[in-house]
Amino acid sequence: MSAMDKEPMFSAKNIKLFTAPLGKDNPITVQVLGICSALAVTVKLKPAIVMALSVTIVVAVSNVVIAAMRKYIPDRIRIIVQLVVIATMVILVDQFLKAYAFDVSKQLSVFVGLIITNCILMGRLEAFAMANKPWPSFIDGLGNGAGYGIILIVVAFFRELLGSGTLYGFPVMEKLGIYSTGYQNNGMMILPPMALIVVGLIIWFQRGRNKSLIEKK
Amino acid sequence: MKEFSNRYIFIFSAVMVITVATLLSLAATLLQPRQQKNLEIEKKKSMLESIGVPSAHETTESLYEKYIKESFVLNSKGEVVPDVDAFNVGLNIELKKPLEQQYLPVFNAVPDDGEKVIILPVEGKGLWGPIYGYVSLKSDMNTIYGVTFDHKGETPGLGAEINTTGFESMFIGKKLYDSDNFVSIGVIKGGSKRDDPHSVDAISGGTITSKGLEKMLNDCIVKYNDYLLKNRN
Repeated sequence: MSAMDKEPMFSAKNIKLFTAPLGKDNPITVQVLGICSALAVTVKLKPAIVMALSVTIVVAVSNVVIAAMRKYIPDRIRIIVQLVVIATMVILVDQFLKAYAFDVSKQLSVFVGLIITNCILMGRLEAFAMANKPWPSFIDGLGNGAGYGIILIVVAFFRELLGSGTLYGFPVMEKLGIYSTGYQNNGMMILPPMALIVVGLIIWFQRGRNKSLIEKK
Repeated sequence: MKEFSNRYIFIFSAVMVITVATLLSLAATLLQPRQQKNLEIEKKKSMLESIGVPSAHETTESLYEKYIKESFVLNSKGEVVPDVDAFNVGLNIELKKPLEQQYLPVFNAVPDDGEKVIILPVEGKGLWGPIYGYVSLKSDMNTIYGVTFDHKGETPGLGAEINTTGFESMFIGKKLYDSDNFVSIGVIKGGSKRDDPHSVDAISGGTITSKGLEKMLNDCIVKYNDYLLKNRN
């Protein structure tokens, strides 16, 4: 066994694999991947959380599968193999949602199927799993799924709160008695353009805090 | 990267495809009973919605037992066909048959206000796929008691608005008949006249879905014409 195998499971390098996508390497705000689904499922918190979990599971497990097979995958058909693995995982997730979380699966409708086309997945498989061992790949998948999910949840938090006045279905605004002051829900928050604007604001905020993300002229 | 022979690539693909196929069919078969159950509950849920009874996934079954009193199947002449379970009649299959052989399901329900209501299923085409729902009529077999619509994949914010309460509530109190003539409910672009009992507002940006919905109501309910005329009171 080589020295590489003796690396501790939670070495600094592995932990960084997880934390980098949460911040300065975030798939949505920095790499600008997976925007389509980020706009679509963030009207309410519940579907956003389920979508975040589904993508995390799919990307982590696909990463492990591809990493485990990476030495046996013929180079010429590697993209096809990656797609097959992703598609299989997504269909399994979809089937499980239909059986155990029917309401959620109805709300997510086509977007579960569209996880297949989420660029984050192919990106991680091609860029990371094809060249790394299963364990780091797993962490990388979890990190990227979480990085994607955290943005989804933040966007959904603001859109549900300001657009519908609820949080996870709980009528926060009503309970706080804000409506009696003449406050009204902003219908615009429910529409897709506001998701883009909220993502934009997050990117702005993140770049304001972290100067290294700003491109040099 | 190591070079792989064509032979290896073929064997690799074959093994991969067979493994994946086995895995997926196994999952589909094992989960099917649960999924079927969910669809059934969903169907009961929309039926209850059409008579204004909201239900959660867990309570649907018991509420269905409580409110839906009876169900039967008619043929196109309005006669009752014995020994057919109305609940399991799939409208999408029936619509493909010639009219004389079609089964037309009817559900009788009594909501809390004591009104004797009949529920008729409807199904038609939207822009991207099927749209469907339930229309419930008061005992005069003319006035709409409530409706519920749903869709497979209409555009969110546009055609998909048909399953919102705002759209569905416009149908309440509208009338299908002008004395003895079946006129159905029009879905009018640009807004219906306020006192017109035979039309509702269409959805902006959802013209094709609105038209499809209008056609669905007309096509599906007109088949019940004989039965509705015979049983009005």
